[in-house]
Amino acid sequence: MTNVSVRQLDLRFGSVEVLKNLNIEIAEGEFLVLLGPSGCGKSTLLNCIAGLLDVSGGQIHISGKNVTWAEPKDRGIGMVFQSYALYPQMTVKGNLSFGLKTQKFSKAEIERRVNEAAEILQIKDLLGRKPSALSGGQRQRVAIGRALVRDVDVYLFDEPLSNLDAKLRTELRVELKRLHNQLNHTMIYVTHDQIEAMTLADRIAIMRDGFIQQLADPYTVYNKPANLFVAGFVGSPGMSFLDGTLSEDGTSFTFGNATVGMGDYDGQQNDASSRNVKLGVRPEHIIIHTEAIEGVTIAAELDIVEALGSESLLWLTSQGEKISALVNADDEYEAGSTVHMEFNIGKSSLFDTKTEKRL
Amino acid sequence: MSDQLMALDGAQGPKPKKRFSRRNIFIYGTLIVVSLYYLLPLYVMIVTSLKGMPEVRMGNIFSPPVEITFEPWVKAWAHACTGLNCDGLSRGFWNSVRITVPSVIASIAIASVNGYALANWRFKGANLFFTILIFGAFIPYQVMIYPMVIILREMGLYTKLGGLILVHTVFGMPILTLLFRNYFSSMPEELFKAARVDGAGFWRIYFKIMLPMSLPIFVVAIILQVTGIWNDFLFGVIFSKPETYPMTVQLNNIVNSVQGVKEYNVNMAATVLTGIVPLVIYFISGKLFVRGIAAGAVKG
Repeated sequence: MTNVSVRQLDLRFGSVEVLKNLNIEIAEGEFLVLLGPSGCGKSTLLNCIAGLLDVSGGQIHISGKNVTWAEPKDRGIGMVFQSYALYPQMTVKGNLSFGLKTQKFSKAEIERRVNEAAEILQIKDLLGRKPSALSGGQRQRVAIGRALVRDVDVYLFDEPLSNLDAKLRTELRVELKRLHNQLNHTMIYVTHDQIEAMTLADRIAIMRDGFIQQLADPYTVYNKPANLFVAGFVGSPGMSFLDGTLSEDGTSFTFGNATVGMGDYDGQQNDASSRNVKLGVRPEHIIIHTEAIEGVTIAAELDIVEALGSESLLWLTSQGEKISALVNADDEYEAGSTVHMEFNIGKSSLFDTKTEKRL
Repeated sequence: MSDQLMALDGAQGPKPKKRFSRRNIFIYGTLIVVSLYYLLPLYVMIVTSLKGMPEVRMGNIFSPPVEITFEPWVKAWAHACTGLNCDGLSRGFWNSVRITVPSVIASIAIASVNGYALANWRFKGANLFFTILIFGAFIPYQVMIYPMVIILREMGLYTKLGGLILVHTVFGMPILTLLFRNYFSSMPEELFKAARVDGAGFWRIYFKIMLPMSLPIFVVAIILQVTGIWNDFLFGVIFSKPETYPMTVQLNNIVNSVQGVKEYNVNMAATVLTGIVPLVIYFISGKLFVRGIAAGAVKG
């Protein structure tokens, strides 16, 4: 069942078009992540869904009701902000109950809901404190609690973890996932952090310049990126792109003097508009050999070795193209030496140079 | 390397500071000269006000009083004559209180809501409205006096206290609105959004979220308005009559009266009395300038 539905949404600030004819359907209980670089319109879209921005065109439906003109409070949403936005002069309890008091709930009901949310988020001990006496992670928990007490159908998160340090971010990420599994509410989550997107999402919508580039589950987004932008944006360290040509029958790809067989390719390489294509290979889909294997490997110069701890990242040059590859941290490689790469073609992607779409 | 202490040669620890460096002498010298320049008139006023007339006539204005007397202060407060009235400055003082208190409250109450609306509820025409308001801040008051007199006359408020209060409230609006708008604009916008999602409306957000966070700006506005309105002379002399003269106008009438002997000691006492309210406000509210009231709302 559809829970949130955005139909032909337009948003303009003066003459600047931020969102144009945007459509997205979000199922009940789904965790959707809006992912994209800064300025792609993802937070704007979230603000439109929340009712904090008036749309210029189109409709927004939440739980089967057209809420395009409804006030934020009447949309059945709870929202968590990047800067926490806790009311500084109120205690944690005051922060949690402010919305409920505004909506004139009974004292007992407020008490029950606040306690329930505090229980779930383990902030019971903090109820009497002011936000200024809390750490970043605690503040964000309270902010999530403030959304939870509203007991609504849809929860909106606007980069909630971006202000936290790396360790806390990982902890709260897991907690959010647990929370979603536990409550099974619809959640829409904006982030520019692809790890958050990959780990949390049921589906990811990757946005750029106000358009959704790809809307799919994390596995598909990662392994079959819809276009060059998605391929380059998702994945860290990033995908390497090789400019080259596809053979007439589509069975081999040539860049520089090197040729790779495309027999295992998972896609429609023959749909290319011309023979000019790009091959995208992720670092972990390159196997490094010290000895050449005729017809399989391609020689490359090893420029730099970056030890990441669990593995090492090799920066290679082959036929004038820059390529990165991940290898086991225990294997030792020497910068300046020549190594031999084997591509896992079944996991790589071919892009039409003209349309930038995956083939 | 062992844990043994190494012998450290050369510079170590905090850099020694010379007390009488050229820099310090210059800074403190300038400060002392400038503060003397400002404090000297005050000193002259206070010592003169504590002298009797014979001592004043001797002319040594810098010498401390030989015989301290509070007579001039009492006279200035209770007996000095302006025209036919001989009840001193006390009447003007109470008039000023009755003018200042409502004007300050009304102007700040209206301007803070104005500023809040302009900063957070971007309604259509908000920018135009704001531009007009700011433009008002740059028009010299003198231009508006005559129209204002006519408006007040038509309203039946001319020379009444209410009229003067209205004038002060209106003329305080541009600068105060600007002040509040900028303050509310600097508050995190997400706080406002969060309150809206929580279902709070215009007034609830204003009273429950914005007001408790704006103590510093209210203190600034109070200082600005109290001193401005208390020290006002122009509007006081135009929009009131002898019975409702504010203290400043009365002070002028006492000091500038041409009849009889110039009682410098009484004049000095009257002047200090008139200036004491703004001074007290500065001293009290200085402590209230608490910063970081809004700290903790955003990442800390």
